[in-house]
Amino acid sequence: MKRIVCEACGHSNAEGTVLCQSCGKPIEKNQHIDGNEKTKLLNMRYDGSARRSQTYNKSFVDKIWNFFSSVKVGVWLIVLTLLASALGTIFPQEMYIPQDVQPLDHYREQYGIAGQIYYQLGLHNLYSSWWYMILIALIGISIVVASIDRVVPLYKALKMQKPKRHETFLKRQRLFSQTNQPSLNDKEKFLERLKSKRYKLTEEDGHILAEKGRFTRWGPYVNHLGLIIFLIGALLRFVPFMYIDEFVWVREGETLPIKGTEREYYIENNDFIFETYDEEEDRKFAEALQNQSAPVASNYQTDAVIYRNHEAELVGAEPDLEKVKEGSIRVNHPLKIDGFSLYQSSYQSEFSTMSFYIHETDDKDEQELANFTVDLSNPVNHYELDNGFEVELVRYMPDYYLDDGEPKSKTDYPNNPAFVFAVYPPDASEPEYSFAGIGRNIDATGENDYKIALNGFDVQYVTGLAVKRDYTLPILMIGGLIFMIGVVQGLYWQHRRIWIHPKGNELWVAAHTNKNWYGLKREIDTLMEDTSLIRVVDQQEQK
Amino acid sequence: MDGLVSISSNFLYLAFVLYLAATFFFGGTIRSKNSTSSQTWVSRVAIGLTILGFLASVVYFILRWIASGHAPVSNLFEFTTFFGMMLVLAFIVMYFIYRLNILGLFVLPVALLIIAYASMFPTELSPLVPSLKSHWLYIHVTTVSLGEAVLAVSFAAGLIYLIKEVDQSYRSKRTTWLEIIIYSLYATLGFVVISSIFSATDYNATFEVTNESGVSTLEYHLPAITGPADGTLVTTDRMEPWFDTPGWMNGAEAPRKFNTLLWSFAVGLVFYLITRLILRKRIAAAIQPYLRKVNSDLVDEISYRAVAIGFPIFTLGGLIFAMIWAQEAWNRYWGWDPKEVWALITWFFYAAFLHLRLSQGWHGEKSAWLAVVGFAIIMFNLIAVNLVLAGLHSYA
Ligand code: HEM
Repeated sequence: MKRIVCEACGHSNAEGTVLCQSCGKPIEKNQHIDGNEKTKLLNMRYDGSARRSQTYNKSFVDKIWNFFSSVKVGVWLIVLTLLASALGTIFPQEMYIPQDVQPLDHYREQYGIAGQIYYQLGLHNLYSSWWYMILIALIGISIVVASIDRVVPLYKALKMQKPKRHETFLKRQRLFSQTNQPSLNDKEKFLERLKSKRYKLTEEDGHILAEKGRFTRWGPYVNHLGLIIFLIGALLRFVPFMYIDEFVWVREGETLPIKGTEREYYIENNDFIFETYDEEEDRKFAEALQNQSAPVASNYQTDAVIYRNHEAELVGAEPDLEKVKEGSIRVNHPLKIDGFSLYQSSYQSEFSTMSFYIHETDDKDEQELANFTVDLSNPVNHYELDNGFEVELVRYMPDYYLDDGEPKSKTDYPNNPAFVFAVYPPDASEPEYSFAGIGRNIDATGENDYKIALNGFDVQYVTGLAVKRDYTLPILMIGGLIFMIGVVQGLYWQHRRIWIHPKGNELWVAAHTNKNWYGLKREIDTLMEDTSLIRVVDQQEQK
Repeated sequence: MDGLVSISSNFLYLAFVLYLAATFFFGGTIRSKNSTSSQTWVSRVAIGLTILGFLASVVYFILRWIASGHAPVSNLFEFTTFFGMMLVLAFIVMYFIYRLNILGLFVLPVALLIIAYASMFPTELSPLVPSLKSHWLYIHVTTVSLGEAVLAVSFAAGLIYLIKEVDQSYRSKRTTWLEIIIYSLYATLGFVVISSIFSATDYNATFEVTNESGVSTLEYHLPAITGPADGTLVTTDRMEPWFDTPGWMNGAEAPRKFNTLLWSFAVGLVFYLITRLILRKRIAAAIQPYLRKVNSDLVDEISYRAVAIGFPIFTLGGLIFAMIWAQEAWNRYWGWDPKEVWALITWFFYAAFLHLRLSQGWHGEKSAWLAVVGFAIIMFNLIAVNLVLAGLHSYA
């Protein structure tokens, strides 16, 4: 690699250096890189060190590298992602529309032609679209490239700063002053005060560099690192092992294997509790509760026992369960076991038993002759009743509905149970058929002597638990933490440097900060208070 | 318990009065001969009153917490009031870094407006639904509002910068936009005034709305300029709506909220025009001479510094704590809910702001405009997202 030797101090600089790393003298032929003009202030970003992106622009790799290392490109990517994100909030995303409708119909009906276009452009699933992912990925690449392009040169430049700088370098700093014949006393006072403000002073032949807050320069790189770790964490979710997302419905009293655990864990639902606020008990909320049309939920809770199955490995073996944990699962309070978390996500109430009685069709008082109860999760087919009646359960539809006039069951859950019973009256050989359900009781032939009527029912709750195991969470936490450390490090402090340069009878003071110039100028003003030193002038203001 | 709530409300009222007084004292500092950041007895009284007002609002907060049993950030009134408190806190902190009196003259009226705005919403204690019963929720909400409040200080400083620097000798896009910003403050005032008037007269108009899910009712507390689509007015002697609310506005409450918005804009416009008539020039042009002594570089730096301080706090509260809470409550740390997305948009925006300033040299006026846009995004997320875009967060 070519090196550039500084005419003033003889230091050998890397190709592409703008300001000599040792003395800061502008390297004539490279001034265009940072847009420095002869008489104007120096561009001090990255201390004029050689950056790959500013030095090479020949090969294809160079061009790609330079593209991604440009902050302008980075900002464009951020702005594009911002606009795209906003686009996705114009109408609800698909996951927020009702589940039981055709998405296209839904968007068209709700939002007209705009909704249809929205759907057809795929904006209803914008955040998982390939182009949104690509935008995020480009930001990721840009962060990595831009950071590497700058952090190494910046590190080198800041590590080997010399207190003694070239005059041109000092004169062309933004904050600058020249004091003629300063008193030694005043200079000492100034230096002492710098120290008391926790500046670190280094000296070379009477030339002094006072510096503080250098660590803050690494802030952006630390926060970018955090962002990248976070992005990687988010990507790892697509690896099946890293992320398990299941759902179980468990009835009260039921014990079921927990999906996603390969039958290693079982859960028993001892009790599901659903509570609402009560105007009497929660007096302080009475006014708000009166304004609500429906009761306000205060608690959803599953009291659960977790078992471990010692026979999990053996396919088809009877589970051998050992109780390992007992506790309640509430919203905001998941139950955790062995990396898995169980979340209270949903619940349903369903019928658990239904009881019926038989009376004579003509009896106005509907006097009960016999009764029986059907256990809906485990219905028995044959019932022998009092007074010699027998009942056969011919057909059971747990979730009854009419499909073009034909009775069917929508699901296997007893949400709306209906039955066809064959009733054998005492001493009769031919049965009578009855159709019974909630609010219906149909006599198939219209000639039945006996009628089946609903006596009562029990309901039970079924709790819906989300089962999650997410190994990416710690990675995201670490990424977030590093990001926070980095932004605070970068934004809550400033890197300030003050060069004190004796020149003949004069004392030159030049100063630079990476941000908050007004603050630096004010600080120097107070440090120079009641001395004869000339206050630094903001040369950018003057122009 | 009721007693405690009303004592707490009185402290909030006290805070309001103290801020109002402090605003006048900050106004008094304009006349002082030296620069606007000098310390005189007037400015000391001003900041003293501000601090007292803040302490009074802290008492409000604590008493209300005790009364309700949960941190009072759970409904629109509580949350918005808290945002107003945090705005004052952020101002006090910035004041002690830079001691710029004029900043108080801009921030405190905004805080006053916000608190007044908040108290237009139902102020009764509200019960928490299970998903809101989480310490992470309090931590999330309080940190977000603190972050947004600091970012709002950046807006106030940016506004000062723009009023001082934008050339008022001729009409331009910049002067127009500046007037629009000022008008939006008037619209907020319009909301407060019109809501107070009609709530004092107990105005009520009920609509019956028929849709797929049956018949429901919707109560208006302002005369209906815009009514619910498929709604019929059932209260007698009330104004019939002029037109229907467009269907793309989401949520059962949308027509009423939209109606309120229209009223606010209209009343704000009346106030604005009256002021213009009195001043006989653009409002920014009328304020400009009072800012002559303000150091633009200082104001620019305050505006940037507020972003530098606010951005990490916002990230922590609005993204990180929000994700932790979402993970506990809904077992997913991110769900692309509109409110979440707009928090992300806010974050992207301020990230772009910081990069433009650091690398592209966007200082001064450009930076001030960005501060204004950022605040507009925040306000959009606080107010409009709930109106136009429905989502999980619609409790607030
Ligand atoms: C949304 C994602 C990003 C966030 C939150 C972020 C955050 C930050 C922050 C807070 C700073 C410090 C700014 C200051 O001190 O005023 C910074 C600096 C910087 N960022 Fe980013 N950044 C992001 C994306 C990018 C991208 C895509 C690029 C690619 C070009 C990039 C390149 C830089 C550079 C070059 C610096 C300046 C470093 C220095 O001067 O030492 N950033 N970033």
